[in-house]
Amino acid sequence: MKRRGSTRPGLGLAIALAAAALAGCAPKSDEPVTLRFWAMGREGEVVEELVRDFERDHPGIRVTVQQIPWGAAHEKLLTAYVGRATPDIAQLGNTWISEFAALSALEPLDRRVAGSAAVPESAYFAGIWDTNVVDGALYGIPWYVDTRVLFYRTDLMAKAGFDSMPGSWSEWRRAMEGMVRAGGKTAIFLPTNEYTPWIILGLQAGSPLVRDNATHGAFSLPEYRRALEFTLGIFRDGLAPALTGNSIANRYQEFERGTFGMYISGPWDVGEFRRRLSPQMQSSWATAPLPGPDGPASGVSVAGGSSLVVFRGSRHPDQAWQLIEFLSRPEQQLRFHRLTGDLPARREAWRDTAFTNDPHSRAFAIQLDRVVATPKIPEWEEISMKVQHAMEAAILGGAPPDSVMRDLDAQVERILEKRRWLLSRKAGGT
Amino acid sequence: MNAGRAQARAAWLLLAPSLGLITVFFVLPVLGGLVLSLTDFDLYAIGDPRNARFTGLGNYSRILSDPLFWKALGNTFAFVVLGGPLSVATSLVAALLVSSKLTRFKGFFRSVYFLPVVTTLVAVSIVWRYLYHPQYGLLNWALGGIGIGPVDWLGDARWAIPAIVLMSVWKNFGYNMLIFIAGLQSIPDELYEAAQLDGAGAWARFRHITMPGLGPTFLFVGITTMLGQFQVFAEPYVMTQGGPLRATTTIVLLMYEEGFRWWRMGVAAAIAFVLFAIMLVGTAIQMRAQRGASR
Repeated sequence: MKRRGSTRPGLGLAIALAAAALAGCAPKSDEPVTLRFWAMGREGEVVEELVRDFERDHPGIRVTVQQIPWGAAHEKLLTAYVGRATPDIAQLGNTWISEFAALSALEPLDRRVAGSAAVPESAYFAGIWDTNVVDGALYGIPWYVDTRVLFYRTDLMAKAGFDSMPGSWSEWRRAMEGMVRAGGKTAIFLPTNEYTPWIILGLQAGSPLVRDNATHGAFSLPEYRRALEFTLGIFRDGLAPALTGNSIANRYQEFERGTFGMYISGPWDVGEFRRRLSPQMQSSWATAPLPGPDGPASGVSVAGGSSLVVFRGSRHPDQAWQLIEFLSRPEQQLRFHRLTGDLPARREAWRDTAFTNDPHSRAFAIQLDRVVATPKIPEWEEISMKVQHAMEAAILGGAPPDSVMRDLDAQVERILEKRRWLLSRKAGGT
Repeated sequence: MNAGRAQARAAWLLLAPSLGLITVFFVLPVLGGLVLSLTDFDLYAIGDPRNARFTGLGNYSRILSDPLFWKALGNTFAFVVLGGPLSVATSLVAALLVSSKLTRFKGFFRSVYFLPVVTTLVAVSIVWRYLYHPQYGLLNWALGGIGIGPVDWLGDARWAIPAIVLMSVWKNFGYNMLIFIAGLQSIPDELYEAAQLDGAGAWARFRHITMPGLGPTFLFVGITTMLGQFQVFAEPYVMTQGGPLRATTTIVLLMYEEGFRWWRMGVAAAIAFVLFAIMLVGTAIQMRAQRGASR
């Protein structure tokens, strides 16, 4: 009797909850749907403005933007995934996509793209688009793009006997030698504690970086060796100072002083160079696509930037996709560029005078057609840190290149052990 | 007999809340960590627990065969050996100076010396990075004044640990200084007066009254400082991120990287237990040594 009395209200409550849940599944059309949107850093600050227009176009959808600092973003996303509190839509650095895809945290977008006229693949840079494709499935739509080009001093290049940046490694090296011969302390600054240049030079030399479906390192193979020889030669012959980024207080000041005349960097530095170099220096610097070992076409760079993703846990994936379509419109891309300075992912936006009239952005436009995705595996960031340490040992510590690269491959072998096991288990059909 | 049992029951009852809390927030997590250290729990396992494997002592043998672990262990010992004694000595000297009868404005000095302890480490690190700057830093400017060439304090693998130790001693000595001051105040003045009447000089009084009187304080300060130095993390994390050439990567920094950067929780847990074992041995040795000395 007593027992029965206690179960009945429980049952009633369960029915009420189930009814409420059912009602929640089918919201009435006049009830607005709330999308949770996580964006990082500066993008998170300004996207609010774009989102308000989206809400005006879509009265049934409300968007709450949460801004997350870059430094905390990765951990927060992972914690949210574990706690099943992921947002509906988020900005994700495109090197993180493979990791969240491996967690099956992301919604595949192939069918949505196929069924939408607003997001045609052909309107995007192929190398950038490719960073969003993991094991054949598309998980993100590029929001803004990023890559590295060469910043250089035109006056020092002229002294070295070059009227523009050459396209091949051998000519590039001759230009560096010319700069030093003309009185420069060094020619190019390649901070030994930043790994991106080592990755770029490897990709340029045709190295896959990892081989056999990303189960082993490829750093002791001839392709990467070629990049290594080229790099070590630059340091050995004093064309680059063997310094970490921390040891040079102000890169812009040293660039202006002519301590070095070339520097590999990204779009954010265009603004910095304009702001930090003196007015008389403004006509003496330029940007150029990176030279390659076998001429301009081999001068590839890394495909960076951020994408928009829909989380699998989202209860409103259709509305989230509508927001992606809105933010991918060329005019919104351009507006976003004006607010942040980020380079648009859509080619249409690049036809705007903001780009066609800007000499510094031409190098980026050319380079973006020559970008390559870094290996799309969750372990890649750790591997790139190992590359940095190996290069540091070879450049600063003077360790013999052969053993450094063998050692690097051995470390990569260990990092990828889990991946090999997972793949073999999948192949075994269990 | 009966009263004794009732008393015991009351004692257990009163202890129950603390025991419960310790079990939930300490014993269980530690046991969980121990189990974790026997698996290869990582990012893939966060997505699907079936991706975790029981690896037995695999993580431990992996750590012990990793040159980076030994490098980090060596760096950590360098922090303990350099930083520990320097920190204790600085605190003691500061405490003696501040407690001296000749010192004026004692409250002022006590507060000033304690100020770095309550300042946030990140702010302190940024200021010290300026002081250590190879080209424009105050330290190199001063050294240049006496004819010593510039040193790349944080960029040179040989100088990075001493540089960080110096900053961390400066930041932390105020805390131990307060404990030493308390210890000094517990030594009765009569002892000093009697010794003075017997003709003991300042050194003899320090050696035979102050030092033995501070014995328990030394044990406490010595052990907590050593434990703190074994767990150095924030200073290298903020100042050098473990570089240059891994010269400032400590055990805890390595553990953080394995666990929260590469998400290999199993390996990180194993590192934690290895560090725990080392610290246990270190504490036992120190307790025995100091008990022997005080006998």
